[in-house]
Amino acid sequence: MNPANKVHTNSQYNALRQKAEKKRQAFLNEPVPKIHIGMATCGIAAGALDTKAAFEDALARHSVNARIHTVGCIGHCYAEPYVIIDHPDSGFPPIFYHEVTPGKAGMLTNLFLKEGDPRFEHVLGATVQNEMIPWIMDFPRFNLEKRVVMEKCGRIDPEDIDEYIAEDGYSTLADILQRSPEEIIKEIKDSGLRGRGGAGFSTGRKWELCANTSQNDKLLICNADEGDPGAYMDRTILESNPHQVLEGMIICAYAVGADKAIVYVRAEYPLAVKIITQAIQQAKELGLLGHHILGSSFDLDIDVFQGSGAFVCGEETALIRSIEGFRGMARHRPPYPVERGLWGKPTVINNVKTLATVVPVLSNGSAWYREIGTENSPGTAIFSVVGNVVHPGLVEIPMGVTLRTLIFDICGGIPGKKKFKAVQIGGPSGGCLPEELLDTPIDFDSLTETGAMMGSGGMVVMDEDTCTVDISRYFLDFTQKESCGKCTFCRIGTFHLLSILERITKGEGRDGDIEQLKQLSEDIKNGSLCGLGKTAPNPVLTSLRYFIDDYEAHIKEKRCPAMMCRPLIAYYIDLDKCARGCDACVGCCPVEAVFNTSNRKKGIDQILCVKCGECLVACPPEYDAVIKVSPPELAPILERPPEPVKKA
Amino acid sequence: MLPELTAEEKSILDDVKTDLAEISKERSKLIPILQFIQSKINYLPQVAINLVADHLDISPSEVYGVATFYNQFRFNPPGRNPVKVCMGTACHVRGGDIILENFERKLEIKEGETTPDREFSVERVACVGCCALAPVAIMGETVHGHMQPSKVEGLVLRVRIEKEKQEREKQKNEPGK
Ligand SMILES: Cc1cc2nc3c(=O)[nH]c(=O)nc-3n(C[C@H](O)[C@H](O)[C@H](O)COP(=O)(O)O)c2cc1C
Ligand code: FES
Repeated sequence: MNPANKVHTNSQYNALRQKAEKKRQAFLNEPVPKIHIGMATCGIAAGALDTKAAFEDALARHSVNARIHTVGCIGHCYAEPYVIIDHPDSGFPPIFYHEVTPGKAGMLTNLFLKEGDPRFEHVLGATVQNEMIPWIMDFPRFNLEKRVVMEKCGRIDPEDIDEYIAEDGYSTLADILQRSPEEIIKEIKDSGLRGRGGAGFSTGRKWELCANTSQNDKLLICNADEGDPGAYMDRTILESNPHQVLEGMIICAYAVGADKAIVYVRAEYPLAVKIITQAIQQAKELGLLGHHILGSSFDLDIDVFQGSGAFVCGEETALIRSIEGFRGMARHRPPYPVERGLWGKPTVINNVKTLATVVPVLSNGSAWYREIGTENSPGTAIFSVVGNVVHPGLVEIPMGVTLRTLIFDICGGIPGKKKFKAVQIGGPSGGCLPEELLDTPIDFDSLTETGAMMGSGGMVVMDEDTCTVDISRYFLDFTQKESCGKCTFCRIGTFHLLSILERITKGEGRDGDIEQLKQLSEDIKNGSLCGLGKTAPNPVLTSLRYFIDDYEAHIKEKRCPAMMCRPLIAYYIDLDKCARGCDACVGCCPVEAVFNTSNRKKGIDQILCVKCGECLVACPPEYDAVIKVSPPELAPILERPPEPVKKA
Repeated sequence: MLPELTAEEKSILDDVKTDLAEISKERSKLIPILQFIQSKINYLPQVAINLVADHLDISPSEVYGVATFYNQFRFNPPGRNPVKVCMGTACHVRGGDIILENFERKLEIKEGETTPDREFSVERVACVGCCALAPVAIMGETVHGHMQPSKVEGLVLRVRIEKEKQEREKQKNEPGK
């Protein structure tokens, strides 16, 4: 392909840029306060729509003139719904407020926007350095992050292409259209960028392989299937900055010579589907997609395909089968998709994050990128850190940061004075790591060495009340259901693994179970075709390796040390502590298992009890009478007195 | 036993038949067509499977085989208040299964089923993306965070009371009775 027409791409881009910047200036110069609200799925789930409505209502009620600006997600889930209020006339810098309920929205409108009092007690920080309010960049949750891919997420309105363009968006595309595809591939190779979909294959190498095939008809697929049940960074990126993904896709397609591309996004992400579809439409209207992109000789069409919710379809060959209209079953590789992919054509498949990373890599150069992260894993990693941490959410960190820094410094450690127990990395394909390994640096190779893996980027932090056997059972239950059924070991092996784990968590473990778990795990790894089966035993193997005590307590003593496996625990009420006449636990029990003893204290009917733990939460802290024990035999049995005869 | 199609569903399916004529008969259209039908009537009744099979000239069992492979497709109608309980990792750690159990017990159905009056259905979903609020359940369009077993009863009750109220209103407003 010819390097595109130089004059055209630049002049066309500059025209778009000028228009976008003018629009932004007009918005910024308007002398009214701005309210930025995070409206990605997570924000909406936390109530951002109500917050927005409350602001609109309050603005009208107090006759305050202000602009509401909807943005994507910045990844600080603990703070949702969050707003940033920029009220220059008040003399304060833009302020970041967290957990803004509709009530708070009304209050802030009245007291801050109208009367100029920023209500310090609700402030998380200021977004710029100043003398009055702590700067958010002084907090580790902000300053230890390194935003390369998510730099614009949560700052721009994802539904307005001009906001992306005004922030330099699509300028990299305009530049690279003047360079040869070979040069671009070389730059990506030099940057050392490794695919963020899990396996960490060199992106430059993948592109080169595809570019070098002799066939002309080539395709590009952006993998946004994101099947890990606890990870959502791809969705956040699509919802918060779809154009960066599109720009990366156009660049990739140009480099490998593809003229058709598909975004494979799961149908369970309706907002992401809507936003990316809309973004494609906008890009087309501005000549950034379609025929003669930016006046060059390069054409590209991008379609959206909605994945129907099968974890295995994240695997590239299964993904291809599903687009072709079949059951998503993996097949043997080679041939790799770069040789024979969708409809038999050479196909590059890259993850959302990989494609979004391409843009900053090319705009700043490979040398700049290599300075971030480690020698073998340059760049940043994005994790969704959830579970028992103080500040959960999406975190983008340079590779090489240790797990300890991520969990304790950035995410604030474990809440409620509990002890750290384990961290599960990489979702169903990953593993559970103990405290001793917290100093492991986060990069592709170090994590693989521990038996876990980078995988999807899901990270679940667990405190001492979490049972690693149960977590393994949870992931196995998932992979077992999601196995496509092609390989016997994966289909039947995971079923047996799961049934052994189920037995153990019910207190029916036997001698020899541990050995059998290990053997089966090895067999499944060896006997499976695709990554699903090859990695499915990882949660079991790592927890056996690092938390063998948990298994032994379940098997030998029929006891769950973390008191999480319900068949192995019981609740009872300590009659010495129970307050006569208090009914807190009675009202909250969903199965009426709590009864009155003869002296108006309470007891629990062990047969009816479903062990939901509600009474333990409901019991007022000054009595603290509900006690949880494992094994269940430790609970004293209390007979339910016969129902008193009702007086007429 | 699957419920009979309602008159409304029948008429939607008639429209679908017309729409199908516009869609090409390539195999790769199979999943988009199934998604399209489900977006119209919320599930895939047997008749719809047959329609698709006819359109693409493949056997109904082939269509059924593909449809059942994917979690998105359902084969019984969801309730007017579909309940989705998050079974994502973070919610699991915080007791999502207890929440699911409570819905199942309260509504007397199992996950994947619909109550006989079609008012509620219960299903499990993967991470809905607000792990910080775990455990999470979604009823209709509303996300309920920090769920507790005792909240389940309240939610179900609220819907039932609301419905009764509406019915009373309707009776009151019906003139001449
Ligand atoms: C079971 C399984 C699930 C996968 N799920 C995903 C996924 O959700 N998203 C993704 O990008 N890659 C996923 N992959 C990896 C893809 O097969 C493929 O390696 C990746 O999309 C390549 O993109 P990259 O080079 O940018 O990493 C999965 C692999 C396996 C084995
Ligand atoms: S795991 Fe339930 S919302 Fe993420």
